[in-house]
Amino acid sequence: MSPISRGFHRRHQETEPAGRVPPGQYVTSDFPVLSAGPTPHTALANWTFSIEGASSPASWTWEEFQALPNETVTVDIHCVTRWSKLDTSWTGVSLDVLLDAVSSDAPYVLAFCDGGYTTNLPVADLKGGKAWVAYNYDGNSIPPEHGGPARLLVPHLYFWKSAKWVRGLRLRETDAPGFWEMYGYHMYGDPWREQRYAGD
Amino acid sequence: MAGTAVRGRLTWQTATVGAVMDETPAVRTLSLEVPDWAGHRAGQHLDIRLTADDGYRAERSYSIASAPGEPVAITVERLDDGEVSPYLTQELRAGDEIEIRGPIGGYFVWEPPGTDGAAPLLLLAGGSGVVPLRAMLRYRSRVGSSVPARLLYSARSWAEVIYRGELARLGDGVQVIYTLTRQQPPGWTGYARRADPEMIAEVAWPVTQAPLAYVCGPTNFVEAVAADLVALGYPPQRVKTERFGATGTP
Repeated sequence: MSPISRGFHRRHQETEPAGRVPPGQYVTSDFPVLSAGPTPHTALANWTFSIEGASSPASWTWEEFQALPNETVTVDIHCVTRWSKLDTSWTGVSLDVLLDAVSSDAPYVLAFCDGGYTTNLPVADLKGGKAWVAYNYDGNSIPPEHGGPARLLVPHLYFWKSAKWVRGLRLRETDAPGFWEMYGYHMYGDPWREQRYAGD
Repeated sequence: MAGTAVRGRLTWQTATVGAVMDETPAVRTLSLEVPDWAGHRAGQHLDIRLTADDGYRAERSYSIASAPGEPVAITVERLDDGEVSPYLTQELRAGDEIEIRGPIGGYFVWEPPGTDGAAPLLLLAGGSGVVPLRAMLRYRSRVGSSVPARLLYSARSWAEVIYRGELARLGDGVQVIYTLTRQQPPGWTGYARRADPEMIAEVAWPVTQAPLAYVCGPTNFVEAVAADLVALGYPPQRVKTERFGATGTP
């Protein structure tokens, strides 16, 4: 039984349709920034996106990556720190396109990034039009503090899974915790089931 | 990037509010009596859950303000358009019960040397970003560490400086440097501007001493200061950051 806080009440009336915002989240119009260290800056000339761990790995330069078919999607994003932002617009390359370039049955990936950040994801969550490597936000280059030049976009999971400054995926036979997952955050991170921390 | 062991489930538990202390007109420290607290590290945070009489619930995260080994305390800044912080800073009384779970996080934490040599500690706070850094300084005193420590604290005015009295009594080995960005008391001789590369170069320990830096505050502050440290030659993995959102998380 939760104690009742007398005098505490909802301050902001919900204006979003039911079912739009996961439990425990509030909607913000800002775009807060959360990262564990300084923002890395990688010159586009040195940028590549790689898929490792397949029998024939794949890698794209920035130019090659820009030449891949892209999509512009409008999605809601949900941060584990409890803000949600609705109708965000991104342009990038679908993970379906990228994963099609390699032949692998590995069920998991560990995404790796400039700055040393990693996060783990099931391959099934990256396929089927659910995930992208985005390089534009709202029609412009993604600002560095928001993950530019390119970040993962996996909006159906908490946003720490949408790794900033992503540089590639390492295919894996087993699920291994990434950066925040090692510090006690949930291995999967479904916002609709409030999988914030290990054991949730 | 050494990880800690993945913990078991973090369960909600009922905490009783103990002492309540006003730090500034908008900031209050709440000490919490938690019957089953596993202990925390300096820099970690916890989650709070409030339940209204109609069943409405809100959860928020707050940095832990107390040192490991001390009773749990949080320091909350009231955001006038917030939902939870006005309640915590204006309504909650000693003896009231709220739900908490934690501790959470394991990267933005400081451990006294032994694990990290005698790396001097550089703490850079913007506004209420001082809270987890205060836990580190209290911990440093509590364990009798002689690691040299420097805190640069950027606040809008002297009246908005949190933990003013305590920061003046930290004693040997700790230097506290203020910058007051909007309003300064008469005769103020300290910095009176937003943190900039020149200021960071003046307060930062030389890279050759292998310092460890913790930066906490609003996004603009953290982005600028962390970039300044990297430009001075601080390895990015020696600069740990924690940021608030564009308007702060309520």
